Amino acid sequence: MYTSILSNRRSFIKKMAVLSAMTAAATMFPGILFADEQERGLPKGGNLDWKKAPCRFCGVGCGVLVGIEDGKAVAVKGDPKSPVNKGLCCVKGYHSVMAMYGKDRLTHPLVKKNGKYVKTSMKEALDLIASKMTTTIREHGKDSVSIYGSGQWTIPDGYVASKLFKGCIGTNNVEANARLCMASAVTGFLTSFGIDEPMGCYEDIDHADVFILWGNNMAEMHPVLFSRLLDQRLKRGVKIIDFATRTTRTSMAADKSILFKPNTDLAVANAICYEIINKGWVNKDFVESHCNFSKGSTNMGYGLEDNYSFKDKPEKINFEEYKAFLEDYAPEKVEKISGVSAKDIKYMAAYYGDPNKKIMSLWCMGMNQHTRGTWINNLVYNIHLLTGKISTPGNSPFSLTGQPSACGTVREVGTLTHKLPHGVVMNADHRAHAAKIWNVPVENIDPKPTYHTVEMFRALDRGEIKFMWIQVTNPMVTMPKLKRYRDATKKEGRFIVVSDIYPTPTTDIADVILPSAMWVEREGMYGNSERRTQYFEQMVQPPGEAMSDTWQLIEVAKRMGFEKQFYYKEETHIEEIYNEYRLHHEGKKHAMAPLEVLKAEPGAQWPYVDGKSTQWRFNSKYDPACSNGEEFDFYGNKDGKAIIWQRPYEPAPEEPDNEYDFWLCTGRVIEHWHTGSMTRRIPVLHKAMPHAYVELHPEDAKRMQIRTGDAVKLTTRRGTMNFPASVNERGIPVKGQVFVPFFDENLLINDLTLDAFCPISKQPDYKKCAVKVEKA
Amino acid sequence: MPIKSYLAHPHQGKKSELINELTALAHCEVIPAENKDLLILVTDTDSKDQEENLRAQLDAISSIKLLAMVSGFNASKN
Repeated sequence: MYTSILSNRRSFIKKMAVLSAMTAAATMFPGILFADEQERGLPKGGNLDWKKAPCRFCGVGCGVLVGIEDGKAVAVKGDPKSPVNKGLCCVKGYHSVMAMYGKDRLTHPLVKKNGKYVKTSMKEALDLIASKMTTTIREHGKDSVSIYGSGQWTIPDGYVASKLFKGCIGTNNVEANARLCMASAVTGFLTSFGIDEPMGCYEDIDHADVFILWGNNMAEMHPVLFSRLLDQRLKRGVKIIDFATRTTRTSMAADKSILFKPNTDLAVANAICYEIINKGWVNKDFVESHCNFSKGSTNMGYGLEDNYSFKDKPEKINFEEYKAFLEDYAPEKVEKISGVSAKDIKYMAAYYGDPNKKIMSLWCMGMNQHTRGTWINNLVYNIHLLTGKISTPGNSPFSLTGQPSACGTVREVGTLTHKLPHGVVMNADHRAHAAKIWNVPVENIDPKPTYHTVEMFRALDRGEIKFMWIQVTNPMVTMPKLKRYRDATKKEGRFIVVSDIYPTPTTDIADVILPSAMWVEREGMYGNSERRTQYFEQMVQPPGEAMSDTWQLIEVAKRMGFEKQFYYKEETHIEEIYNEYRLHHEGKKHAMAPLEVLKAEPGAQWPYVDGKSTQWRFNSKYDPACSNGEEFDFYGNKDGKAIIWQRPYEPAPEEPDNEYDFWLCTGRVIEHWHTGSMTRRIPVLHKAMPHAYVELHPEDAKRMQIRTGDAVKLTTRRGTMNFPASVNERGIPVKGQVFVPFFDENLLINDLTLDAFCPISKQPDYKKCAVKVEKA
Repeated sequence: MPIKSYLAHPHQGKKSELINELTALAHCEVIPAENKDLLILVTDTDSKDQEENLRAQLDAISSIKLLAMVSGFNASKN
């Protein structure tokens, strides 16, 4: 039947109006359900089967119920049984199943022949990949092949990738895009506590009195968790403080918005510590019993040059030395560096210092995408350690993640060059442990890490890497200083395989494109930000020849001669892989829940010991791994003590100057999941946010006579692009800064960004480089 | 002509009554929350007069405690 565009448009607008109201209602009443609306439009009298899964999108890990009818996923609603979201869903989650049914879904392998993609069978494509890998290894050595995966990899995907490359082939050329989003959180945890991942959990939100958000636009990036904060404000009058470089919906909803100049969060965090010490708010018993003080190297550069290397040299110091160091960070001094008034610094310090207030610090990309990302993570831990506000309900420094299994797969399975499922490649015991479970000779596992993500793409450019397999990620949108790395992939003698569900700028550079099964088209598990592992079953068939990333890797491994290690049966391989993976983490510090528990429950939090999840680690009241007989045991470090780090403020590598006189900050929008390859196929989300834009501060815009919609030319030392202006709309950057979202593959802002990274975590800084801004 | 959405808060114990009253009005769609005392109201009118008339009808409903507009979209019908 013919339906006019106008009536379609009106129906679309009505849907937008409903969605706006639902979002507002969810903000006011977390957990509110509108099941009638969610089920409207479904066939009447249909036999809808609701099955549980973790959401496909962000790292919050909401539990959702997916409605299946006639072999198709037709609806999503929040799972009221999930302790994460308590029935709530955000706009992306609510529409997630629509991402599976875009009209340009990849359904068959494509192989580039004479510059054109030719449809081929999966068998032929997998044969070609295996043969190409084998030949490349034979001709150029094992370190000439690599795999670049994702925090959207399921746990089994990442596990078989690591086993194939590290255990069987013997190369540490395994990286994942989580390097771009939370590597600084990892090194922050490792340097402060000797072990990765948050000590607390989302239930801290129900206990805390004050929330300080460090460069974290939770209202748009983690809306479901943010609504839990707002719920607590309605119920208990908690305070929310937004500390950021851009005024956002989070700032508007917060009790107080404090803006700082880019990169000066380092100075402000030190100033808070100064104030805590000088006001006598240090929890002396806690610090004496459970903390050491250290300092590390400074002025270590920014990783801008190829083959950059850095190794920190920690040196123990005492409290008095640390106190003397902080003399440079009196609030009045830091006011001049940061633009944050001494009064506001003291305001935040007073909340941290008040022994009667429980406090959560929350952060995500603002602190992690930072050329001193490890340091700023350390500094926020310092605040919590000095005051003893840690590892107890409501006292929680909490690093949020952006992807559904950045924790579960990249951090826990260990799909980074230096990592193993348990421990690191540099440690002989850890190598032996992994080799035994993997059934490979221990000599296979190389003790030396190779390339972190930026360096891996540089190695591709230099020709050291000849073969790269990219799964579940879109680096030709997300890599900083993108043009260099895009050009690298096109060089002679490079062979690129890309597994994805839709065409993207990354499939554009592939020699072989493999169609992947998405989310509930296969079986798997994700691990979220609060150490919660969640299982999902296969609910529908993938289209055409699309295959899970796990099974693609297994098929190639078998073709390469590793049948013994990849013994899994197709019908039971996920169970077999998970059971094998659990062996790596045996013990009270990281035990994973059995699969039957994950199938029955809305996830379980590791360490899972004696049939129980652990909500608060390092606290002997809650964590069975504590063994020192004291209230707290930071058992990641041999002496059971956490480290308070002396870390200075240092400037960013590229700051505004006379020629490039603005800061450029990039980030995300609520409608789109990262590069938009899925959410831009969901009409309601695409229409709501169809393209990227550049936000300016209204005073800057007025001075330059720029209005919303005007074309604005942005120029950095990497290139020039035009964007439509946005003034006084969704967000407002600080004066002298512009903000551009990165989701739009037609306006690739990463052609302008800088590939500087934190020397410790190797995570790039997408939030700060210098840019010239002109009216086009 | 505008499409608007509202959050309608009923007086205590008046949720069902409010659903019935709003459902009876022309140009209105109601989506009640399952587990909270809150309704989403979406109005879709053809003309300014119709919009004003509807607004007057809404103002007269006694079971409404608070009607908060969330969005208003100007959408041409022709």
